[in-house]
Amino acid sequence: MTALVIAEHDNQVLKPSTLNTLAAALLCDPQVHVLVAGHDCAAVAQAAAQAAGVAKVLCADAPQLADGLAEVVAAQVLALAQAYGHILAPATAFGKNLMPRVAALLDVAQVSDIIHVHGPDTFDRPIYAGNAIATVQSVDPIKVITVRTTGFDPAAATGGAAEVVRVDAVADSGLSSLSGRETTRSERPELTAAKVVVSGGRGLGSKENFEALLVPLADKLGAALGASRAAVDAGYAPNDWQVGQTGKIVAPQLYVAVGISGAIQHLAGMKDSKVIVAINKDEEAPIFGVADYGLVADLFTAVPELVKQL
Amino acid sequence: MKVLVAVKRVVDYNVKVRVKSDGSGIDAAGVKMSMNPFDEIAVEEAVRLKEKGVATEIVAVSCGLAACGETLRTALAMGADRGVLVESEAELQPLAVAKLLKAVVEKEGAQLVILGKQAIDDDSNQTGQMLAALLGWPQATFASKVEIDAAQARVTREVDGGLETIAVKLPAVITTDLRLNEPRYVTLPNIMKAKKKPLDTLKPEELGVDVSPRLKTLKVAEPPKRGAGVKVPDVATLVARLKTEAKVI
Repeated sequence: MTALVIAEHDNQVLKPSTLNTLAAALLCDPQVHVLVAGHDCAAVAQAAAQAAGVAKVLCADAPQLADGLAEVVAAQVLALAQAYGHILAPATAFGKNLMPRVAALLDVAQVSDIIHVHGPDTFDRPIYAGNAIATVQSVDPIKVITVRTTGFDPAAATGGAAEVVRVDAVADSGLSSLSGRETTRSERPELTAAKVVVSGGRGLGSKENFEALLVPLADKLGAALGASRAAVDAGYAPNDWQVGQTGKIVAPQLYVAVGISGAIQHLAGMKDSKVIVAINKDEEAPIFGVADYGLVADLFTAVPELVKQL
Repeated sequence: MKVLVAVKRVVDYNVKVRVKSDGSGIDAAGVKMSMNPFDEIAVEEAVRLKEKGVATEIVAVSCGLAACGETLRTALAMGADRGVLVESEAELQPLAVAKLLKAVVEKEGAQLVILGKQAIDDDSNQTGQMLAALLGWPQATFASKVEIDAAQARVTREVDGGLETIAVKLPAVITTDLRLNEPRYVTLPNIMKAKKKPLDTLKPEELGVDVSPRLKTLKVAEPPKRGAGVKVPDVATLVARLKTEAKVI
């Protein structure tokens, strides 16, 4: 059989999450195709064709596929599904929205958020906010999988030379339409792919403090900015910065937690980081239980000092 | 418009679960159980829709052990009108739950289903999407704002790059994200009133649904532990150790 990776993209750029997913797919099956479903997305298809290990790129290009709506993209995947033994997408908002719809239409289970491939039908996935790891085996003929991107090093973006084949686009579902997007534009690295993440919690006290203290630190470190749920709920940071069980899962080389107490839901999103630094004035804060380097200090003096010394 | 909300009984979010030593699962004996937090948000949203006059009746549904009846009572105390317990001793996986919910939706003639985006026990994030697919309905997942008019729902969704607003035709399935609303606390008078609200029990067989699991759990293990870290006395030491020891800056 062959594995099919559903590319995540914005019609112009292939998202890096696709390359992590490709790496997981290659562990399931050496033969991997990539589906690029979008509109005016030829550049994405070309990028996918150059990724190492891709045997073929299928490109469905039509206006109704432009916005990545689950109803029509799921129908597109379904139209191609029977040729595949595995169908994989990243466990990002895109993949999480799409793949269960595909699985249900195929009458198969979905294996969510895999972090390890034991074999073509056996996978590890975290449960209970990562406090336990389940090894699960799928008995379905087609394995529908979402891939936790931090669990797999990305496949190389170059080195491949796959052919790009156009496939017929399915008709619009007529059920849903996109009205608008408010995307946070940023010069910073993407949170889930950043080598360094600076994350702030309720300890910052306000949106103004969050920005005044953490932006210079993130600038100095070339870091992405993240936040705890408490900070997002309080309006200190936008929703898509939330790191945790139900937000973004990150595993950078360096994670700096500032004013974050470390609820288990937050730890679930960052405890696979290589090095964790915690700055918090409460020495009993649970964040110190996972931090490689803990600094018990008032963040309002420690952070500016850190910026100065870096 | 009749609204159906699905609620799951899960280990309370404050409990740090322990893995059983034989690797067969997690130790849930004597552990506090609660309504999945995302489902509380779903119930709250349905109740607000009723308060606005959009929803006419709210039916809360839970699938699982008889004890899920308690979770349904909580939903009733929050303001749902009726409860339906689909009682099963079997391990119910998301596809099976979606099939059970589909049968209940069709039986009830609901026009809108609201569910939590994810249960905090198995962290699957599947059931709402699967239900929408099985019903042939559109889905609006990870909702942070919902507006309903006669024929459609306008839903703002929390996505990776920020926010996205979509319009879905009704009937539809909505799954809730954290910032959709703040669920109300249940009051004692409402708990008492909830005891008198109707709660029906059904079996999967009565709904004609095969709930056999499709995924076999081979084992459940503790995640790798992080080695104990050190406390550093000051910023200078922190910077020095990050440079020379951790070599990450």
